[in-house]
Amino acid sequence: MAMQVHHHQFDALVVGGGGAGLMAALYASRHVRTAVISKLYPTRSHTGTAQGGIGAALGNLEEDRWEWHAFDTVKGGDYLTDQKAAKVLAQEAIEAVIELEWMGLPFDRNPDGTISQRRFGGHTNNETKKPVRRACHSADRTGHMILQTLYQNCIKEDVKFFDEYQVVDLLMNDKTAVGVVAVNIDTGDLHVFHAKAITFATGGWGRLWWTTSNAHSLTGDGPAITWRNGIPLQDMEFYQFHPTGLYPLGVLITEGVRGEGGVLINAKGERFMERYAPTIKDLASRDVVSRSIYLEIMAGNGIKGKPYVHLDVRPETVNRYLAEAGESRRIDADYVLQKLPDILDFCRTYAGVDPVKDPIPVAPTAHYAMGGIPTDIDAHVIWNGQEEPVLGLYAAGEVACVSVHGANRLGTNSLTDLIVFGRKAGLQMADYCRQVGFTDLPPNPTERIEAELSRIRSNKGKVKAYDIRKQMRQLMMDKVGVFRVQDMMQEAVDGIRQLKEQYRTELAIDDDGYRFNTDLLEAWELGCMLDLAEITAVSALERKESRGAHSRDDYPERDDEKYLAHTMAYPQEDGQIVIKYDRPVDLSLGYEPKERVY
Amino acid sequence: MDAKFRIRRFNPERDQKPYWAEYTVKDVEGTDTVLDCLHRIKWEQDGTLTLRRSCAHGVCGSDAMRINGVNKLACKTLLQTLNLNRPIQVEPILGLKVIKDLVVDFEPFFEHYRAVMPYFVPNTPVPQDGRERRQSPEDRARFDDTTKCILCACCTTSCPSFWASGEYVGPAAIVNAHRFIFDSRDGATNERLNILAEPGGVWRCRTIFNCTPACPREIEVTRAIGEVKLAIQRGVR
Repeated sequence: MAMQVHHHQFDALVVGGGGAGLMAALYASRHVRTAVISKLYPTRSHTGTAQGGIGAALGNLEEDRWEWHAFDTVKGGDYLTDQKAAKVLAQEAIEAVIELEWMGLPFDRNPDGTISQRRFGGHTNNETKKPVRRACHSADRTGHMILQTLYQNCIKEDVKFFDEYQVVDLLMNDKTAVGVVAVNIDTGDLHVFHAKAITFATGGWGRLWWTTSNAHSLTGDGPAITWRNGIPLQDMEFYQFHPTGLYPLGVLITEGVRGEGGVLINAKGERFMERYAPTIKDLASRDVVSRSIYLEIMAGNGIKGKPYVHLDVRPETVNRYLAEAGESRRIDADYVLQKLPDILDFCRTYAGVDPVKDPIPVAPTAHYAMGGIPTDIDAHVIWNGQEEPVLGLYAAGEVACVSVHGANRLGTNSLTDLIVFGRKAGLQMADYCRQVGFTDLPPNPTERIEAELSRIRSNKGKVKAYDIRKQMRQLMMDKVGVFRVQDMMQEAVDGIRQLKEQYRTELAIDDDGYRFNTDLLEAWELGCMLDLAEITAVSALERKESRGAHSRDDYPERDDEKYLAHTMAYPQEDGQIVIKYDRPVDLSLGYEPKERVY
Repeated sequence: MDAKFRIRRFNPERDQKPYWAEYTVKDVEGTDTVLDCLHRIKWEQDGTLTLRRSCAHGVCGSDAMRINGVNKLACKTLLQTLNLNRPIQVEPILGLKVIKDLVVDFEPFFEHYRAVMPYFVPNTPVPQDGRERRQSPEDRARFDDTTKCILCACCTTSCPSFWASGEYVGPAAIVNAHRFIFDSRDGATNERLNILAEPGGVWRCRTIFNCTPACPREIEVTRAIGEVKLAIQRGVR
């Protein structure tokens, strides 16, 4: 049975209905005919799980400046951050947060009615080096409030949505992006969307790793699709492990817990971050804290000999350390309940632990992609390190690599990134659409994807997608995780290549129907993940230094002579991956790389 | 330890009518969730089993289903909270058309949501100084409970009034109207109250209270509906 094909035309398309996608859609739709295509109902997007806050130097509670935010971002990124991008982020964060408030976002408030702010890892007063209150928050569900507020405003402004349509291909005419192909999940029909401009805002791909904070839907469809159309991927080895995933599930426990005074404790009862980051301790940046937890576990200091430590936010513990630090602030159980209600709920539901009375078991969890589809600071996708633009194509949010997060993202900057660069993508698309006409679609736009889907459907192998996926996730966790060495990464590359071959020749699915065939779509998603796993492992193997989240036992030092440049992975016709360092890091704010001490 | 499941299945491409299918999931632990088990059935035994899910920790609202006759999120329901001596019964939520297996048509649900103006309509112009509109912590707290809604439909599809008539906007839509009606910054209170005073609005609520225990976010749904009823009669505050 041939697939039914339907046709649509819009000026601008947004692929993905999370924070970046909805922001782009809001802005583009005010000027040009826009549609959002999302494989989930937009309110199911992973932006909604972000907890602790959105960073902006509002200075509502103490002195703060956008320059400090920019510097913290650069330092947090271990100097791989493009400084012009950090400047855009830090400057525009302020108006972006205010704009969210104007859209109705219910931030927590200070007694004077202004937006409440809390401390977060790596955010400092650059003069005193002490933590600064920069994370604007709404309890511990800031992402939920952002996602809801943006979706509400999209309804208010009558944005057009194609919910539960999964984009499976990008359409190019020579070097111009001209549309996408999507599966209507409900019917299984294919839909061709012809457009002048397209923004990819499909989020991350944490599902490559065994333990992750990421949703099942975060399978990296977007970057796999652009890669298959000849577009490079940047800095893929830089993948963040958040230090505090609820052990053993990996559900995120926000850094806001430490922002409110929580501390990390090992089996000996030591607050071990005092040794690794003497100045800001538990609020060092995430790569530093994740590595420290691993070192403690390897030194035999895991709780009960297991691979986890304790995160202690019991009022008596917090107050003891506040007193030790000479701070007058004290907290009680009600305060914890009011500031971290969802965290308490997660801990009670999944770990049977009440954080007001017991410490929380935590271990690092795969969390966030610093790398992705390369863009310039206007969210425009580029072909190469020479900044040659892909006409009509934009990317924003986690899927994009601007690069504002460099080698390690600071907490709260993901939400800031979504709003700032999502808005840019929307405005840039609107501008571009008003200047150009439609470029023709390629002949037979669905030919390639139809062939791929029918191959998966009709394969008569014996191996289930689940078995391949399980092996891939274990390989990535063990060999391309928090600590890395040459031999293990090589094993990962070889192993993933074998899995890719198995995927091509031996895969079998059970569901041969068309209606809501998630068996088929999950198998297709696995193909995306395998592509990204290989690119990630190859990128990691090539970078022979330690920087931010990419930490190698065999090359423990940062090497600015050789590697002060982005890793650009280029797809070749024969399926090979070519790595170049042809996109140098932008240093235009003048922050010269220095040793990173917290 | 094994867990037995009895799952309501229906694939309109193949089946004349819905039926119950039984599965056994081996070597489970009390801390496994119903979603974990459904995944194991789908991935290890029968790939045709169809459900929605995403975040897997009770925040995205994708996997509402009827588990042993009660609306729950599968990812937030641990086996240790269920009786494993008999099969765990899993069916699609009620009152919305079944698309396939545990997947229902959410369009009518979102249509009701959109009908109550679920968005901010400011009652003052944007501040001259370019800063945030101020709101006291007390005013902010007034509507905190209803900001937690994740639109999972557990409440609406547990409501006998909604089962009786799909015309009723349902608890979830009222919760989302409440979130704005009681926001001191909002200026469209009367419009929303007028919408909810219509025949498909709050008066269809018979205070049966099914919605409150069904809410995985522990929103006091019935109370919120009551506050909206009172506001229609006496005005806000």
